[in-house]
Amino acid sequence: MKRHLLSAGDLTRDDAELILSTAAELRELADRPIKKLPALRGRTVVNLFFEDSTRTRISFEAAAKRLSADVINFAAKGSSLSKGESLKDTALTLEAMGADAVVVRHGASGAPHLLANSGWVRSSVVNAGDGTHEHPTQALLDAFTMWRHLGESKPGGLEGRRIAIVGDVLHSRVARSNALLLNTLGAEVTLVAPPTLMPVGIESWPVQTSYDLDTVIPKADAVMMLRVQRERMQGGFFPTAREYSRRYGLDGRRMATLQDHTIVMHPGPMVRGMEITADVADSSRSVIVEQVTNGVAVRMAVLYLLLGGSEPAVGGEE
Amino acid sequence: MSTTYLIKNVRVLGGEPTDLLLRDGVIADLGGRAASASERIETIDATGLIALPGLVDLHTHLREPGREDAETVETGTRAAAMGGFTAVHAMANTEPVADTAGVVEQVWRLGREAGFCDVYPVGAVTVGLQGEKLAELGAMADSAARVRVFSDDGKCVSDAVLMRRALEYVKAFDGVIAQHAQEPRLTEGAQMNEGELSGKLGLTGWPAVAEEAIIARDCLLAAHVGSRLHVCHVSTAGSVEIVRDAKRKGWDVTAEACPHHLILTDELAATYDPIYKVNPPLRTAADVEALRAGLADGTIDIVATDHAPHPHEDKDCEWAAAAFGMLGLETALSIVQATMVDPGLLDWAGVAERMSFAPARIGRVADHGRPIEVGEPANVVLYDPAARRTVDPTESASLSRNTPYRGMELPGRVVATFLRGRPTVLDGALV
Repeated sequence: MKRHLLSAGDLTRDDAELILSTAAELRELADRPIKKLPALRGRTVVNLFFEDSTRTRISFEAAAKRLSADVINFAAKGSSLSKGESLKDTALTLEAMGADAVVVRHGASGAPHLLANSGWVRSSVVNAGDGTHEHPTQALLDAFTMWRHLGESKPGGLEGRRIAIVGDVLHSRVARSNALLLNTLGAEVTLVAPPTLMPVGIESWPVQTSYDLDTVIPKADAVMMLRVQRERMQGGFFPTAREYSRRYGLDGRRMATLQDHTIVMHPGPMVRGMEITADVADSSRSVIVEQVTNGVAVRMAVLYLLLGGSEPAVGGEE
Repeated sequence: MSTTYLIKNVRVLGGEPTDLLLRDGVIADLGGRAASASERIETIDATGLIALPGLVDLHTHLREPGREDAETVETGTRAAAMGGFTAVHAMANTEPVADTAGVVEQVWRLGREAGFCDVYPVGAVTVGLQGEKLAELGAMADSAARVRVFSDDGKCVSDAVLMRRALEYVKAFDGVIAQHAQEPRLTEGAQMNEGELSGKLGLTGWPAVAEEAIIARDCLLAAHVGSRLHVCHVSTAGSVEIVRDAKRKGWDVTAEACPHHLILTDELAATYDPIYKVNPPLRTAADVEALRAGLADGTIDIVATDHAPHPHEDKDCEWAAAAFGMLGLETALSIVQATMVDPGLLDWAGVAERMSFAPARIGRVADHGRPIEVGEPANVVLYDPAARRTVDPTESASLSRNTPYRGMELPGRVVATFLRGRPTVLDGALV
């Protein structure tokens, strides 16, 4: 493993499967009465969030605490884009406090990359979502969830599995990271979006693309719906929310065309009624709540492996 | 009396070695006849050096007034002299904007006081660069600064009617509109060239069409009203094609390319290092090739630096927060050598045309861009094409350090620059 986790594309298949299998061991902890391990005792993990994201922040916080790390939450008011304290000064402050890992969420694409390569901090940097670039731990938890349901939690378990990712691909860091990671794991990814929400140059991505949801989902083993932000409508990417839902929303009628084993995923937060209807989100196919649980296990695995856990995470007694 | 300089064995425009005598601000002799024995003469052994007419930059940001933390007229013209320039056109996007006779005269006067090269202020086309109403172009033209080049550079005159009026209006004083071609709606929040890489990096794309659509429109407008148009920093293969077509039709259109667009590509954005953030953005290798070909065949008339100094903090941050622009004056000639001369696309006479004669013609500058002949103003640069140097930002004469060539080895070195017979640079150092 590298020292930082900046892009899902940096992970080899061995890296990714090591994270998934480590997460599988760690996830069993969730069912134990005492959920804490001593693995990262004395280490400090800083959650540096320039964007509001309670979900991702508490997931990382829970992960670090279950590994006995000390956790500092640093919610930077605005980014330097809004003339607040600069990323550099914030980073130097954290370095002075002695962080072992910095988990960073930032509105600017590439901010974690800058943090890792600028020499401002010596700690490991984990990208917790940067602009419209990447969100690698989300992709890992998504892959982990699919792996449990579709791949028997075994190496190679996602080989040849068909995954449909649907929605605002253009602005989605989740889609970028998932496309890269799932390709590494051998799955076949199809991105589905209106042409206005497909990035330029998508032909070079290791994925298939489609504008037609109805032809893609009957063949899919997993359907991942992406959040569509309301402001995209003002951007003129599609005419109305209703038309979007009709063409690209997952409702009961479309759910009926899925194979029996197909799971429905969403990285959250959902806009119910927009990209997904309530009955689908709450159906037995939906693994949306489980994704959250898996998020903690995957982030534990990432922190553990990045911070130099050479011994098995579970079982080793101090 | 000023010193007379005898420059021995210099290759004028890369030709056969000869001697050049600079006396009283003019080229007094060419071809080796001895100067009179009585005068004080400094002799320069210029064996191996090339003499070019003093370079003329049609596109420089000197930042004064307003951003003296980035550059001043004095530091910017020092950098210009180090790069072999004897005249620069100072862009109007200062604070306050150079949109009145008062501001352009201030910049002009600061240039005269600094004395490192002549400064020709560019006037804003619209009040405050706001793109809403014409600035007093006539007042700037009639001022002591004698403005002939007008530009809202940094912003595009996107309103078609306003652009038409500007093109028409400056005909009264033989002015030219230098357009920053960037369709604003197509480039909202744009960060880098739109293509494969922008999609992967999650940086908002700046599509080639946003430049090309404006250039096409402006060429049609200029033809329609019979005005002359200058296109700033052409960056795409499509733009080159449009300008080529306009010239073929006989329209009075000129265009510039920047050194960085001749050598760097958008791949550098993958570093997320905003030292490579510039507007228009670095494009693809195919665009670089097309620009070089266009510069070679004359479709692109000139090289202009778009020297854009920024203080360290405006580049030492995340990409989206960083300022657009890079330094260019001190490296321009080396980049042109590396990309055009060394590969055989342009000879030194061609370099003189693209970096001195043509920009002076476009800017209607009388005393620069003159041939190296007896009786002409002694604006001359001596250049050693055999030298190699590694770019060290801390050595820059500019107040800023944002060069994208840090650590790169570049060919060539400016040995001396003469402004009206007086050296501003001698032995590679400012005088």
